[in-house]
Amino acid sequence: MALAPQIGGSTAAAPPGASRAGSLLRLAFDRVGPFLTLGSLLIAWELAARLELVMAFLLPPASGVAMRIFQDLFTGRLAYDIGITLYRAISAFSIAAIGGITLGILISRVAAIRWFFDPLLSIGLPMPKVALLPIFMLWFGLFDASKVLMAAFSASFQIVVTTWAATRGVERELVWSARSLGASEREILREVVFRAAMPQILTGLQIAMPVCMIVVLVTEMIMGGQGLGDSMLRSARYVDSPGVFAGIVEIGLIGFGVMKIMEVLRRRLLAWHQETQKDQ
Amino acid sequence: MIATLWRFTPLLILAIVWEAATWMGLISEFALPRFSNVVASLGTLVQELAYQAGRSMLRGGVGFLGAVVVGVLAGVLMAWYRPVRILVDPLMRCLYPMPKSALIPLTIMWIGLGDASKMTLIFIGCLLPIVLSSYNAARGVDKVLLWSARGMGATEREVLWEIAVPASLPEILSGIRISLALSFILMVSAEMIIANNGIGYLISVLGEGGDYSGMFAGVITISAIGFFADRCFVMLMNRALAWRE
Repeated sequence: MALAPQIGGSTAAAPPGASRAGSLLRLAFDRVGPFLTLGSLLIAWELAARLELVMAFLLPPASGVAMRIFQDLFTGRLAYDIGITLYRAISAFSIAAIGGITLGILISRVAAIRWFFDPLLSIGLPMPKVALLPIFMLWFGLFDASKVLMAAFSASFQIVVTTWAATRGVERELVWSARSLGASEREILREVVFRAAMPQILTGLQIAMPVCMIVVLVTEMIMGGQGLGDSMLRSARYVDSPGVFAGIVEIGLIGFGVMKIMEVLRRRLLAWHQETQKDQ
Repeated sequence: MIATLWRFTPLLILAIVWEAATWMGLISEFALPRFSNVVASLGTLVQELAYQAGRSMLRGGVGFLGAVVVGVLAGVLMAWYRPVRILVDPLMRCLYPMPKSALIPLTIMWIGLGDASKMTLIFIGCLLPIVLSSYNAARGVDKVLLWSARGMGATEREVLWEIAVPASLPEILSGIRISLALSFILMVSAEMIIANNGIGYLISVLGEGGDYSGMFAGVITISAIGFFADRCFVMLMNRALAWRE
């Protein structure tokens, strides 16, 4: 395999003079490569655990973890935990999205609101919001409300800031031409500014969703109350390592699924945008 | 000077409203400590806060710096060498969307309760966003730049370090900035879940013990540190990118 430096992902750009067999080999490597890494890692994991190179409680065999996931699946435990965690994360995300986008647009339109929120945002954005958890527990109790609000609070800053930046960056010419064509201010906001800002707002939402997941899991670990975070931490406390690994795999899969759904939604919502049309 | 003061007046207003609301009894002192008490706690706890924040910063700093070095290197190599890209890409694709807090129980189990487990957590958590942004940045470098450098006789290594890396620096740095904020979140939450020192530990102990003014003092300390870390990074970023335009 030639280590030909190459930027960009085109497979067609084989170095001149490469034989036909060489380019076939290259194509095969492209196809097989990804599975090679994951497969060999899985096999190494299984072997390391089976041959007891690593203590079983530190690294349970991959097959054992898979068994555990199936077991959880059939007892209904998995669906229950996932349901609770997702319910919390999605409620938090919806609250943060609606509140954040509204506030972001208000900030970019009304000077007084901008003046008031600007320092709060610049301090609040880099701050680790989870630190306020004890106060959220005190105010909203130990159940769903405090977990959901904590996650919504943590994620909303990012959404407000990106929405603000996005609506500020809308080209003036677009607004001017809509206005000269006789659109009312409300129509301009809804039909022009909001749409032109959409790609960047969606990027903000795509950053905020994982934040919601992270915070919901952390609150579950700290406060308990079922969900994937709680069952994982309980497994860790009882040194039930297959349980911990099963939890990581499950959370990873959920995270992957949620991100994919966000990408599909983005492509749907931006079907008219050049970013989507370029892909096709 | 006056402009800066005017900019931060809203914070002053908030502080006054907070103090007035608790002073007039609109909000019970059990739900929200008085602002003046929080300031007093900041004064009395100053040594404790400095010590615990120092412990936290040590953990966060080691994990974060490790992630920056390894992440940028991995991202650039992935963009530059095909085999690396093909082999590492699926791994990154699987791990990137995982909410990083899922790793807290694992690092506890593997590495224990001490500093090393938090450093590892912060390292892994910050690594993937940095790898991804450096990979995207190095992949998106203007090809004309590379061609002209090669045309002028630069070796591949020179093209990589003299052209591709500087050209992708802006995007790499903004990826690192996102990771910086993430490192604070991970640090505080890991310390709140399990630790025997550090600012997150202090906050949760004071909060659970009902000393809310002390807890707020902790929150204010860590927020201030986060704010200044972010500001310093932005200053560094502007300096590093001063050659642009």
